Amino acid sequence: MPPTVDSPMIRFSQVVKSYGDHVVLRDLDFTVAPGEFVSLIGPSGSGKTTILRLLMTLEKLDGGTIEVCGDYLSHMKRGEKLVPADEKYLREARKRIGMVFQQFNLFPNMNVLRNITEAPIHSLGLSRDEAEARAVELLEMVGLTDKKDEHPTRLSGGQQQRVAIARALAMRPDVLLLDEVTSALDPELVADVLRVLREIATSTDITILCVTHEMQFARDVSDRVMMFDQGQVLEDATPDKLFNDPEHDRTRRFLKAVIDRA
Amino acid sequence: MDWSWESAANSVPLLLEGLLVTVEITLLASVVAYALGLVFALIRRTGIPVLSQAVLLFIEFVRSTPLLIQVFVLYYVIQPVGGMTLSPFTTGVIALGVHYATYAAEVYRAGIEAVPKGQWEATTALNLPRSRVWTAVVLPQAVPRVLPALGNYTISMFKETPLLLAIGVVDVLARAKEVGADTFRVTEPYTLAGVLFLLVSLPASILVRRLERRAAHS
Repeated sequence: MPPTVDSPMIRFSQVVKSYGDHVVLRDLDFTVAPGEFVSLIGPSGSGKTTILRLLMTLEKLDGGTIEVCGDYLSHMKRGEKLVPADEKYLREARKRIGMVFQQFNLFPNMNVLRNITEAPIHSLGLSRDEAEARAVELLEMVGLTDKKDEHPTRLSGGQQQRVAIARALAMRPDVLLLDEVTSALDPELVADVLRVLREIATSTDITILCVTHEMQFARDVSDRVMMFDQGQVLEDATPDKLFNDPEHDRTRRFLKAVIDRA
Repeated sequence: MDWSWESAANSVPLLLEGLLVTVEITLLASVVAYALGLVFALIRRTGIPVLSQAVLLFIEFVRSTPLLIQVFVLYYVIQPVGGMTLSPFTTGVIALGVHYATYAAEVYRAGIEAVPKGQWEATTALNLPRSRVWTAVVLPQAVPRVLPALGNYTISMFKETPLLLAIGVVDVLARAKEVGADTFRVTEPYTLAGVLFLLVSLPASILVRRLERRAAHS
């Protein structure tokens, strides 16, 4: 799907984020169209994960604005003025966004089913039956129906990550953020997780932002790839263009380094 | 040593009566300490202005003064001034409970801080309401981890109850003293009182150690 500049799902305008003296994102502008699958690649420290964390409201930005679905995420309108969003506004804004973490972050005190139903019941107000029906459907999709009564600690990393994906999808987000979701996994467990993500990418219209080092995967499923360097978009192109004929030497060197390592 | 088994045996029923009081005070004070300690910890954590500082000040004050003085002040100063008439038993439960609540608060704080940051972030990503974050995610992970430490405080409280003799609580030690005054024999009742403490706190310690081991495994 080509990016539609008129009504983007996500819009970053002049976004600045720094930790102390260290500027992670400087005047960052980009948009993502509804339904797009965008991979964010680049060296560590280039600000990719920070972009996801800002979208999930896990961090506060230091400048600029972020819009999701045309509504401000980090700010709200008070009269004509833009003021930082309060918790009530954020709770509403967050409903559109889901996130899967590198370290899964499943709740170890709940079984798999409750991990998935907890938020739909208590955040969306679904009935237990509705939430469980939805959870079972999602577990089927990620291939873990038989694990629904297990505790997360008894699952492999790959299985935990698939539960985490199901948990995020159970909230029916418009935007799904994937933060290096295979980086903490043993190599032989990566394939199952990627297969699930491929299925989501092709069978749903969720907008996906994916920070990843899996270049083959990024190449296969992305509509667009953004190469980051030092807090800015160095290159923004189709996977074909970016992987086969990058504009910048920096991109070429990065891709070579990643491929050599693998 | 002059030891009379007969006199020892005779003192047992009264001592057991006292032990029951000691155990009752310990258990009730534990409930107060655990509940109030959690409230203190949550107030500190949420950082409500003024209230949070007031709690911190109170915690520091209680920890820096001897329990016996707190018991006296509560019984002889605060109560008459406030126009209350609490029994020595109730006063003892409150004094011990509040004193140990200040320590329990620290234990809860450590337990809450030990919950990984990723857990908090997951609750944000799932948009869970504050109340669920605490009751469904954070406390169910934090509390089991701190149970052994809380258990140790209960054992400490158990051993500190004889202090309440000072305001007339009739516990094991008070009963031993009573037996001594009646029979002019002190060796047996005091020795047995000590043995009774040992008989309760030793198994309790073993239980706590087992809890510790289980907490370490999970």
